[in-house]
Amino acid sequence: MDAAVALLLAQDGITNGAIYALLSLALVLVFAVTRVIYIPQGEFVAYGALSMAAVNAGFLPPTMWLVVTLGIAVAIVDSVAAIREGAKARLPMVIFKNAVLPILAVIVVRQLPLKDLAYVLQVLIALAFVVPLGPQVYRLAFQPVAEASVLLLLIVAVAVHFVMVGMGLYFFGAEGARIPPFTDGGVTLGPAYVQYQTIWIVGIAALLIAGLALFFEHSIYGKALRATAINRTGARLMGISADLAGKLCFTLSALVGAFSGILIAPITTIYYDTGFLVGLKGFVGAIIGGLVSYPLAAAGAVLVGLLESYSSFYASAYKEVIVFTLIIPVLLYQSLTTKHIDDEEDH
Amino acid sequence: MKPVIMETSGLCVNYGRVEAIHNVNIRIREGEIVTVIGPNGAGKTTLLSALMGLLPARGEVKYQGHSTLGAMSVDALVAKGLVLVPEKRELFGSMSVADNLLLGAFARHRRGDRDHAKTMDEVYAIFPRLAERHKQEAGTLSGGERQMLAMGRALMAKPTLLMLDEPSLGLAPLIVKEILRIVVQLKSMGVSILLVEQNARAALQVADYGYVLENGSVAVENEAKALLHDPRVIESYLGLGGSHSIAA
Ligand SMILES: Nc1ncnc2c1ncn2[C@@H]1O[C@H](COP(=O)(O)OP(=O)(O)OP(=O)(O)O)[C@@H](O)[C@H]1O
Ligand SMILES: [Mg+2]
Repeated sequence: MDAAVALLLAQDGITNGAIYALLSLALVLVFAVTRVIYIPQGEFVAYGALSMAAVNAGFLPPTMWLVVTLGIAVAIVDSVAAIREGAKARLPMVIFKNAVLPILAVIVVRQLPLKDLAYVLQVLIALAFVVPLGPQVYRLAFQPVAEASVLLLLIVAVAVHFVMVGMGLYFFGAEGARIPPFTDGGVTLGPAYVQYQTIWIVGIAALLIAGLALFFEHSIYGKALRATAINRTGARLMGISADLAGKLCFTLSALVGAFSGILIAPITTIYYDTGFLVGLKGFVGAIIGGLVSYPLAAAGAVLVGLLESYSSFYASAYKEVIVFTLIIPVLLYQSLTTKHIDDEEDH
Repeated sequence: MKPVIMETSGLCVNYGRVEAIHNVNIRIREGEIVTVIGPNGAGKTTLLSALMGLLPARGEVKYQGHSTLGAMSVDALVAKGLVLVPEKRELFGSMSVADNLLLGAFARHRRGDRDHAKTMDEVYAIFPRLAERHKQEAGTLSGGERQMLAMGRALMAKPTLLMLDEPSLGLAPLIVKEILRIVVQLKSMGVSILLVEQNARAALQVADYGYVLENGSVAVENEAKALLHDPRVIESYLGLGGSHSIAA
């Protein structure tokens, strides 16, 4: 392998690694706050990319009726809860936010000349009909069993994953899609030719990670999420409800997932079931961080990206095997060095 | 008579099949200090946890006129000014003292009251020690400092009814006095207080009304001054001798 190829592979590895890093951060966040091992994280990548492809081609966002349907379901569940708690005053807001708002959004989006809109607006529209699925999934699938064991939550996560893949096939079809790059072309930086899209991906991923760090370090909601991860009882006593924290991090993770999909769709073809593998690689990164450390998870994810890229050169048939084998020594190391923490301990 | 802020009737709490609280009726009036004393394992902590909605309970609890059991979640109660300093403190160990305090104001922040900087200054004025250590991780504080932080964090919520589970646990006598002085000061500011204390004499001295809890039931209740002179209470909780049961 000469230097030019090595650079090309490094570029590839870092690009994918940046995406895996974003996903691993979302996974760590969701696990730390809600104890859910969020298998469906990858589905948001596919949904985001494929929705953007649809909007970009001038079609309505395929998942818009799903958002409306789940929104109505959430409105019903929340209304029942509000009535049971004797908080009828909340009803109008509950119904407006969950059921009316998505319908209004559908009405608006149907009036728009989607194909001719600016790229950024198309991205926003695609996100608007994918990201709400995050909190909706939390409300309907996870919140009712929020106090259950990690294992049960994992089983629910696997179920949600299968449902979302199946619905992905229904909404987006079996064909893959690509979207045009944010900016065409590239530049020659020293010995390497770098596509602009690569710069976009790494740059935006870095910005998003910095944004998340700022959110967690400096905003009271970010601190509340961290507090929930550190001490659930303490957080409850401060009035930080587990439901609110759960909804917030599922929203963030859906946003990160969907946006990651839009970032990589210009350089890889995305199919309805691509998300799982992408998410799994973010998951390997998260495991390297022990599902608790954000910087380690991000670093692990970049490592996964690089490993994947170089192994695809040397042994392309085995690239997934090599990447996923990485998890074994990591788990071995972690099980030898960390003392066992009973996951039932602090409810 | 001042209006009642919290009242329980026939309150029962179980751990599995064991009943830890049995048929407890207590009442707290606005602006009063009510204390619950009793031996280890009597159910004091269990009682506070149930009032806060942390444990499932039977019977009735009314807070500001609303039935809470099964109807109001912990965060709904916090939003209405019911704040608990739990026995285990439940601090956010890997976060700074200042962040712990800030999160004490989370419920206020949510309902649009953004004036926590002022409250934080007040808390620092009460506990200068916390101001000195505002950047330190809560998990590395000394035992006494942790108690102050737990109390300070609760004050950040501007409670209407503050429930304190052994606020003086493990504190030096001088600081115990200071804590009780703060409790009295809070009362003068109109905060109602439910105080659980091992130090029965000190608690009864500041309280308006007291309950003696034994084996999960109220054994004696009366004006705090009267309890201080009640021979049964003196023998079991105020004398040097220690801890026979009153009921037995
Ligand atoms: N989670 C639990 N599961 C089972 N039993 C419990 C649990 N928590 C408390 N108990 C039991 O309930 C009884 C009351 O406990 P509680 O902590 O309320 O006592 P306390 O009055 O606060 O005592 P102390 O003064 O020692 O703090 C005790 O017998 C205790 O062993
Ligand atoms: Mg106790």
